[in-house]
Amino acid sequence: MKKLIELDINDRIYEVAIDARDLLIDVIRNKVGLTGSKKGCGDGDCGACTVLIDGKPELSCIKLAIASQGKKITTIEGLVQEGGQLHPIQQAYVDHGAVQCGFCTPGMILSSKALLDRNPDPTEHYIKHELSGNICRCTGYKRIIEAVEAAAKVWSKEGVQ
Amino acid sequence: MEKKVLKSKWNLTPEGWNLEGVPSSQDEKRYTQVGRSVPRIDGPIKVKGEAIYTGDMTLPGMVYGKIKRSTYAHAIIKKIDCCKALKLPGVLAVLTGDEAPNKWGIVPQAANETVLAVGKVRFYGEGVAAVAALDEETAEAALELIEVEYEPLPVLLDPFQSMERSQEVLIHEDSKGNIMHAGEQVYGDVDKAFAECEYVLEREFHTNYPQHGFLEPHSALASYDTQNGQLHLWASSQIPHYLHRQMSIVLEIPMNKIRVTLPTIGGGFGGKGEAAPSEFVACLLSRKVGRPVKVVYDRQEVFYTNKGRHPCHMKVKMGLDKDGYIQAVDFDNTLDKGAYSGWGIVVLFYTASMIHLPYKVPNARFRGRSVYTNKPSTGAMRGLGGVQPRWALECLMDEMAEMMGISPYELKLKNAIESGHTCINNMFVPHSEFKKCLETAVKKSGFLEKQGKLPFGKGIGMAGGYYITGTAYTLYQNYKPHTTVMIRVDTEGGVTLLCAAAEIGQGCNTVMAQMVAEELGIQYEDVHVQSGDTEIGAFDLGSFASRLTYAAGAAIKMACVEINQSLKETAAGMLGVRADQLVIKNHEIYSMYEIKKRISWEKAIEVYTSINGTLVGMGNFSPPRRKGIDIISGNRVQGANIGHSPTFGFSSQVHEVEVDVETGRIYVKKVTEAGDCGTPVNPMCVDGQVEGSIMFNIGACLYEDQKLDASGKHLNPNFHDYKTPTTMEMPEMDTNIVESYDHSAPFGVKETGEGAVQPTFPALTNAIYDAIGVRFYTLPITPEMVLKALKDKKEGEL
Ligand code: FES
Ligand code: FES
Repeated sequence: MKKLIELDINDRIYEVAIDARDLLIDVIRNKVGLTGSKKGCGDGDCGACTVLIDGKPELSCIKLAIASQGKKITTIEGLVQEGGQLHPIQQAYVDHGAVQCGFCTPGMILSSKALLDRNPDPTEHYIKHELSGNICRCTGYKRIIEAVEAAAKVWSKEGVQ
Repeated sequence: MEKKVLKSKWNLTPEGWNLEGVPSSQDEKRYTQVGRSVPRIDGPIKVKGEAIYTGDMTLPGMVYGKIKRSTYAHAIIKKIDCCKALKLPGVLAVLTGDEAPNKWGIVPQAANETVLAVGKVRFYGEGVAAVAALDEETAEAALELIEVEYEPLPVLLDPFQSMERSQEVLIHEDSKGNIMHAGEQVYGDVDKAFAECEYVLEREFHTNYPQHGFLEPHSALASYDTQNGQLHLWASSQIPHYLHRQMSIVLEIPMNKIRVTLPTIGGGFGGKGEAAPSEFVACLLSRKVGRPVKVVYDRQEVFYTNKGRHPCHMKVKMGLDKDGYIQAVDFDNTLDKGAYSGWGIVVLFYTASMIHLPYKVPNARFRGRSVYTNKPSTGAMRGLGGVQPRWALECLMDEMAEMMGISPYELKLKNAIESGHTCINNMFVPHSEFKKCLETAVKKSGFLEKQGKLPFGKGIGMAGGYYITGTAYTLYQNYKPHTTVMIRVDTEGGVTLLCAAAEIGQGCNTVMAQMVAEELGIQYEDVHVQSGDTEIGAFDLGSFASRLTYAAGAAIKMACVEINQSLKETAAGMLGVRADQLVIKNHEIYSMYEIKKRISWEKAIEVYTSINGTLVGMGNFSPPRRKGIDIISGNRVQGANIGHSPTFGFSSQVHEVEVDVETGRIYVKKVTEAGDCGTPVNPMCVDGQVEGSIMFNIGACLYEDQKLDASGKHLNPNFHDYKTPTTMEMPEMDTNIVESYDHSAPFGVKETGEGAVQPTFPALTNAIYDAIGVRFYTLPITPEMVLKALKDKKEGEL
């Protein structure tokens, strides 16, 4: 039996008909149509499906859609700033060459945002620790860490949200 | 970098000339677009989550395909019953192997794979049937309803056992001894050379079974037009052309009725360097049901069908004269092929070619065999054929340096090849800065001051390496150019590069835009790149063998000659000067002598197109085709055409490790790398490739290994049990691009995508030896192995 629920994604309410066992990643990608969130493993191991739920990074491939009602969900599409400007973390990823194939990127950027929200002046170790759940097979991580460090500078200076 | 100071009061050097004494890659006057670390052109859409990968696509009326997989690693298929599945509401069609029995494989002479198993399964998880259904859940439910009856056969998981028991059971009826292919190459007089050597050492090395771990699973979306018989396939592939060709063979429809398009690709590393059953299944099902069909693997399926790195069982013997010059190498290699041939023969002979560089080897012998086993097939994985022998050879040399009482750096430098070297197998190296790589990495890391002097548990190790920059031959017999590009210029579309090259994340679209802009005298942002489409793009072989920058660069240069000539002639008429006196730079066309005579580039385009219409330049590239011969006897050597390349990239790495003697864990603390990639078209992209390569092989050296149980069942088909490096395993990385310019190459470029994986295994293994005094000959080097070795060592010392 399908059930009609409301999901608050990127400050917009989506009404979706779902099964109780539907996973959040599938609902976001297939029903809502926001395909920026990626499914790299479906087992909670790679971090590609990371979204923010009430500001906290969560793996949407092991989360039920039904359990995400009434919460604020942010996906990669929700980061774009006014006038289509890139979010400083997104800009930093581009400028620092932290993107190659880009499949890990949405999840990686959301984990980066969450860590900077918590700690706008992180040490390298803190960044590494917080990003350790996101696998990137292309970059060797070096430029990703540099991008987060660069974003952190803008962050603390301008108090980005 | 110091700028050249011009002595003369007036700067009379015409613009565009290469100033003597300035490396051309750093000569700002010569290059404006090449050599710049510009951000990738696909960066913004990727960070916004707007890049469309195959799995993100939906077409009207699209349905879903799923594959039923074998639960035996080796068995006869007695019966497949699909009746119940077909009756399930929502199921549109079922497919079995008999419906598409034509064999496919990237090397046509050895092609022996079918879309779904025919008559027999040869590895656990092999596809036996497929379903198309209205939604994924129904497709999955239908798979459960398909009944397959098997008659199990003995399962052979080890190549030696497979050869031994081949009388009793054959994996492929036509492959005697379960050997896919065996070969021998002999150059010079190896035995005589060994007899005269002062130092001789022989060791055995065994490598592991890692896989690529690209983050985007194989995905395919096919749409067959039942009215006109046209098939359109969107696929996550590195090789649109070879896929296109094989699709034509399997579906028995001409290539001109098939179009392959690559959406954004989420990494490949060789794992998408062969066609995949997902692609065939999507196409066959779409033809059957007359609707678009999408097939996306889950991670487990990626593991089951992966074409990872060949485990190699190698015996290597090297002989040095009293001064430490290499006189002979004898290399015996048994490769674990897994179930199907794929890239097999190529990989076998690539391992053979690896003994000829980056050191001078006057006498060499190779004996090798690639042996079928009941495992997922092995195939192309970053640094194909190179990583395993490089590990063995560099570790062996480390040990031999110790035998001689000299530094491994001294030994390697002494034997390192230089520009213009011809190997005994006729491989020609037009240009090499390998020595500079060794020097840079050693100096910057302080290797000589540290090696042998660090406290117990800490160590440092070094290694060199090289890789090809594209191949000399196609995988099927043909002498057509390996790349063709078309550049279209007009007032509407601006500049568009059309080439079927595959952007798989490595950044080729950005690099190609930079090269086009350089040649046309415009900015890289002005260039649109249409790649990865067999119908829109001109011909390209694909992204493998680190070939693209070189091949596309050469083709682009050729195409731009045509365009520039037309524009110069147009401008010459307008300016009243000779066309050959014109220079095109920074969106302007001007006389190199009367610099006031100039018009804007756009104006010239406008005038040209208003007379002639769209301006098009075509260019192509064919590599030099050297033959694999023994250069002393002149005799052809079997398989020795493999390994030749227009030019070669070189690199060196120094690894510093800490070994926790309590837990056996190895921590890589710092990696200092120096690479010769010729001109770095985009230095930031080069660094990204190198850093990615280092992490990739740190993972394969220390953690990654696919495990199967005795029945051949995959034990770690997920990222939880198959561990890849995370940020926590990341060492400090100091990567350096050495000054290099290959005059024989377009823009002076060479490879960088696979060379940097080569020295990682041996540098790390040598560092571990320096730390704890134990040499490892088996990979991956796990904490258990370290603890056991330390215990054995202690007992030995008592
Ligand atoms: S897709 Fe969710 S963790 Fe990999
Ligand atoms: S950029 Fe490809 S996985 Fe991270």
